[in-house]
Amino acid sequence: MRQELCVIKSVQEIALDTYEMKIVNKHISEHAKPGQFLHISVDGFTLRRPISIANIDQVHEEITLVFKVFGQGTKRLASYQQEMTINVLGPNGNGFPINDRKKVLLIGGGVGVPPIHFLGKKLAEQQVELTTILGFQQKESVFYEAEFNQFSETIIVTNDGSYGEKGFVTDVLTQIDEFDHYYACGPVPMLMAVQKQLSDKQGFLSLEERMACGVGACFACVIPTKDRSGYRKICQDGPVFQAEEIIL
Amino acid sequence: MIDLSVKLPGLNLKNPIMPASGCFGFGREYSQFYDLSELGAIMMKAATAEERFGNQTPRVAETASGMLNAIGLQNPGVKQIIANEVPFIAQYDTKIIANIAGSTMEEYEYVAEAFNEATDVDALELNISCPNVKEGGIQFGTDPAMAAMLTEKVKKVSRLPVYVKLSPNVTNIVDLATAIEAAGADGLSMINTITGMQIDLAKRQPLLANQVGGLSGPAIKPIAIRMIYEVYRHVSIPIIGMGGIQNAEDVLEFLLAGASAVAVGTANFQDPYICPKIINSLPEVLEKYGFHSVQEAIGKGHV
Repeated sequence: MRQELCVIKSVQEIALDTYEMKIVNKHISEHAKPGQFLHISVDGFTLRRPISIANIDQVHEEITLVFKVFGQGTKRLASYQQEMTINVLGPNGNGFPINDRKKVLLIGGGVGVPPIHFLGKKLAEQQVELTTILGFQQKESVFYEAEFNQFSETIIVTNDGSYGEKGFVTDVLTQIDEFDHYYACGPVPMLMAVQKQLSDKQGFLSLEERMACGVGACFACVIPTKDRSGYRKICQDGPVFQAEEIIL
Repeated sequence: MIDLSVKLPGLNLKNPIMPASGCFGFGREYSQFYDLSELGAIMMKAATAEERFGNQTPRVAETASGMLNAIGLQNPGVKQIIANEVPFIAQYDTKIIANIAGSTMEEYEYVAEAFNEATDVDALELNISCPNVKEGGIQFGTDPAMAAMLTEKVKKVSRLPVYVKLSPNVTNIVDLATAIEAAGADGLSMINTITGMQIDLAKRQPLLANQVGGLSGPAIKPIAIRMIYEVYRHVSIPIIGMGGIQNAEDVLEFLLAGASAVAVGTANFQDPYICPKIINSLPEVLEKYGFHSVQEAIGKGHV
């Protein structure tokens, strides 16, 4: 992890309140692994914003970030223009373990889709057989369907049924063939449902939480563990955890 | 040559800059960014008798010019800290200040006594002002008689100089400070965070799981300056100042108000290099405003 300056190459609204930002940085593009995040300084705000990595193009040293506008900080970030420079800490946290996989199920919900996309691309490069379920609130929130279709069979689910299948990602789990591992990132209620329904499978969950330092010093972003050994830090020990390890 | 050194009870500081307790863990994370030997001292995260898991999340929230936190004194317990954390910081050429907290007077005494065994620890910071725990903490810090009694008890059991960290959540900070000085404190550190709350509009409930949190960052700097200014006029023990410091100009302002050294807290989260940056620019700022040393500037803002 380092503090790096990155030049913005493009900012684009790709779905409702959802922005894709491409930034250029050699160090991060060379070192970031799927599941890691960047801790981005937004001018006028005290705390950095943790944003997950959606893709990396090593040839062009380009990092793609996708984030949803939730409050004033992400709103400001979405207003940034091409050629502006942002101050970034990263890559932070631990990524998804991806060795020795054969058949994998990917599950992404809303703003949890971006790290799953980066992960899917990496797994596809390793010839892993992939199936993906992406959940969104409504048709206007859907993004990256075409991108996922390039490397995975992809099922889209919307809560209101306005696009793809109606319901939650867990409603279509029964349609999925056998797989050896699953990976999920999304809102906590989704992760809880996935963790429960797939309790007989080996899985990894990526979490998000309000952070302060983003490096493990302040103990702001923590998650309790099942072995009662106390909390683990999402920014430093995570954001990816084994599904059976944590209490959501 | 501008002299940055400061002599405080138990602390011969090469410069007056130290990360504030709770904002720097036990130094490990920030040692990835720079050599911790650059720091005047390190104020470790609070230690309690046993391991504490702290509050539920969310534990932090952004505010205008600052942040709220309610971590709840999460720490591995004093024995683990002495065994695993103190030796790590002791590798560096910097002073170690151990922040101690508790729910009862007995717990404070126990933790203070435990640090007698840690030969690398140079001073104690008595955390009587944490706003984020259900029992103890802030209660000891808002009643001058209670604060004085606790200070006396800790002084009695500890071999180390004791700096008492004051809560700003009081009507009269001078009464509190003078009572603590009379009880034998070697120094004061001030200010801790100011209690605050933020309400989530969509959920119609306080954003922090603990509901109430401590406000820190530049938003509280004028309050810290005012309180240090008032306390400096009434005590003769040194003050370590803190509250929203972001640059060397802020440090000079704290020195002028009466602080002898300063701690940097929230600013570490925005810029992990903030402490060495401030240390490097401090000589220039002192010189610009006509001082040859840190020592010379202390209390010079008083008219």
